Amino acid sequence: MPRDACVSCFCGWRPALDSSSFPVSINSVKHSITMNINHKGGLKLNKIEKKFLRKQSRARHVLLQHEGIQAVSHPTQSLVVANGGLGNGVSRKQLLLALENSGPMEALLMPPNKPYAFVIYKTIEESKKAYANLNGKEIIDDLGQKIILYLNYVEKAQWKKLGLQALPPGLLVVEEIISSEDEKMLLESVNWTGDTGNQNFQKSLKHRRVKHFGYEFNYENNSVDKDKPLPGGLPDICNSILEKWLKEGYIKHKPDQLTINQYEPGHGIPAHIDTHSAFEDEIISLSLGSEIVMDFKHPEGVTVQVMLPRRSLLVMTGESRYLWTHGITPRKFDTVQASEQFKGGIITSDIGDLTLSKRGIRTSFTFRKVRRVPCNCSYSSVCDRQRKATLPSLPESSKEACQLEQEHVHRVYDLIARHFSSTRHSPWPRIVEFLKALPSGSVVADVGCGNGKYLGINKELYMIGCDHSQNLLDICREREFQALVCDALSIPFRSGSFDACISIAVIHHFSTAERRVAALQELVRLLRPGGQALIYVWAMEQEYKNHRSKYLRGSKTCLQDKEEINNVIAAEGLLVNQMSGENSEDLESSVSSTDNIKEEGCKPRKVPNSELPVHTNRTSFHSQDVLVPWHLKRNPGKDKAVEPFGLAGCPDPCPVFHRYYHVFCNGELEASCQALGDVNILQSYYDEGNWCVVLQKV
Amino acid sequence: MKLLTHNLLSSHVRGVGTRGFPLRLQATEVRINPVEFNPDFVARMIPKVEWAALVQAANTLNLTEVPKEPTEGYEQDETFLRKMHHVLLEVDVLEGTLQCPESGRLFPISRGIPNMLLNDEETET
Repeated sequence: MPRDACVSCFCGWRPALDSSSFPVSINSVKHSITMNINHKGGLKLNKIEKKFLRKQSRARHVLLQHEGIQAVSHPTQSLVVANGGLGNGVSRKQLLLALENSGPMEALLMPPNKPYAFVIYKTIEESKKAYANLNGKEIIDDLGQKIILYLNYVEKAQWKKLGLQALPPGLLVVEEIISSEDEKMLLESVNWTGDTGNQNFQKSLKHRRVKHFGYEFNYENNSVDKDKPLPGGLPDICNSILEKWLKEGYIKHKPDQLTINQYEPGHGIPAHIDTHSAFEDEIISLSLGSEIVMDFKHPEGVTVQVMLPRRSLLVMTGESRYLWTHGITPRKFDTVQASEQFKGGIITSDIGDLTLSKRGIRTSFTFRKVRRVPCNCSYSSVCDRQRKATLPSLPESSKEACQLEQEHVHRVYDLIARHFSSTRHSPWPRIVEFLKALPSGSVVADVGCGNGKYLGINKELYMIGCDHSQNLLDICREREFQALVCDALSIPFRSGSFDACISIAVIHHFSTAERRVAALQELVRLLRPGGQALIYVWAMEQEYKNHRSKYLRGSKTCLQDKEEINNVIAAEGLLVNQMSGENSEDLESSVSSTDNIKEEGCKPRKVPNSELPVHTNRTSFHSQDVLVPWHLKRNPGKDKAVEPFGLAGCPDPCPVFHRYYHVFCNGELEASCQALGDVNILQSYYDEGNWCVVLQKV
Repeated sequence: MKLLTHNLLSSHVRGVGTRGFPLRLQATEVRINPVEFNPDFVARMIPKVEWAALVQAANTLNLTEVPKEPTEGYEQDETFLRKMHHVLLEVDVLEGTLQCPESGRLFPISRGIPNMLLNDEETET
């Protein structure tokens, strides 16, 4: 493929540039440049001119399609230079050389890893000159290869911006951590030749050379055999350096495993997370011989490029160690900050200051501590231990049901209490209507009151909230509501003492049909004869009578729900892939379970020993029994909820928790209520993705 | 926890049934929380109250004596209603315990919130 093929694959960075000769001489094309780019072909063009126009128009098209860069047909001060980008191996210096011939420039903007650049000339005259002189012109890139430039006018130099640019949480780059002498000593201590029979296992991997000490790293399972330490442990020279770092506080734990990697220019390592179950929190890597740019990626798509200077130490802890992948793109040049003072850390999107740096041979010493206890990080979605262990199955006994609800309802609400509460402000209109219609002086229980958003709706009522979560009730008390901690299956009130009860979004957290009926029965027990209960449960049908629920629509009208929506949107990227296979099966089984309900009354689907599917937020349900992820944000106020689970070494700003739900099918809630004694169903309805009933005790 | 709430509470330890009422109240911290007086509202609460239990609870807190039973025509008796308003709605137990009269099980009250959770053995039937 000729080099200009890259205008058709503007996919971000370009991997190592392969050598290819460039077949066509474009010099003659220069003459055609005065033609307007909208030229309709009235002139008779020769073959090369036609080809050039085709390529130029293709470059415009690709820039628009892939990068949102809109070229204009009239001359402006600004030009987008296709193929003249850092992602194409063109350095700032080279491009400047070519551009400055046409006159003084205001700016040359080179976005990182993109195959184009923007140049802004002082005047339109100069930019017209550049357009004429440089369009179709060949320049030589940093690898000595020919590149053809295609220029188009733009109104503004703008492109799809990189996301937020901050170092991944928990990441640290310590510059100049060792002296050049120590660096030399360390590099010389590595004997890459002749000792393949040696215990310090050496391998030549696809893209790099490696050597292991302490424990051999097994690339089959990305772990170590914890019972088989290699004889000799870590090299003495490393031990003394590690002791020093410990003393100086750069690291907190003494590692017992070392992997030495050697990367030649063009080498790399695929993006990966070090296996949670294999290694402890802190992972450190010393860069020797040459600097390199390491790519860190958050599972939701943010990429941060971090410069690891020669003789620096990379320390990965917490989120950066557990959640972000890291890797090195195989290429011969890195896009780096041009300014002299820049050393380590993040490569910013300050595209007025980026250039290319030729890679040298980099040797890294990566130290890790073999993990002896199960990983208890809060990144269950990427944790090899927790992914196996934490996704529960449907309970087969009431004891299992209790455990499931304890772990995936009660514990989760307690942990997410503040954040949950911050997303639960606006009361639902029909619930408000029910409460306002009650006679003045009614005594009302809100069983599963959460943050108490219904407790203050009607001042003429005496309302008491109960919930299983102490942290949510603390919020109720701050609002001066009556509240107590209890289980909805065993509510500590005298029978028949309440005029009304509400149970909003509670019954769907019970994991067996028996327990759901028992929870309804307990509500009815509290009511005096004639007393009413309003019950809301989440519906399997999030689309009903051609109306999509707020949940699916992602309600943009309701400001208070915004955070919840963000939360939920953020969840999608992570969880869709994980479970898609199982979801499609569940669709079928849940359809048949709907049929069962119609024929035989409420009968839950039982699939013993199969993991509960993880639901993708803001999508339809494919199973009645699901785990719904909650992405905890840790800044809504002083979050007391964070303290209790302070998992050592996991300072994690956005962990995911799964709440268990049994979403109700059409008719299922009524069927459950019919199983109760002493009540009539006064009303049943569907309200924005929930099934609702009003019961009256006889 | 207001005394009206206490009056509605009953021990739910397995097997105690109606003998779980009233819960014995012990308070180590009580706050008086002024609440706007609404005579109609208070009058509506009076028939819902288990009177003996209220008298007992008010006594343990050494509150002004609560009459042995509601006075005749209390709906119009502002002095009585104000007194009951205070006892039922303004007295707030912040710290203390509730004890099941039948099983002796203690339930803590902390930051005004009774914790009535039972463990599995206490609830399983």
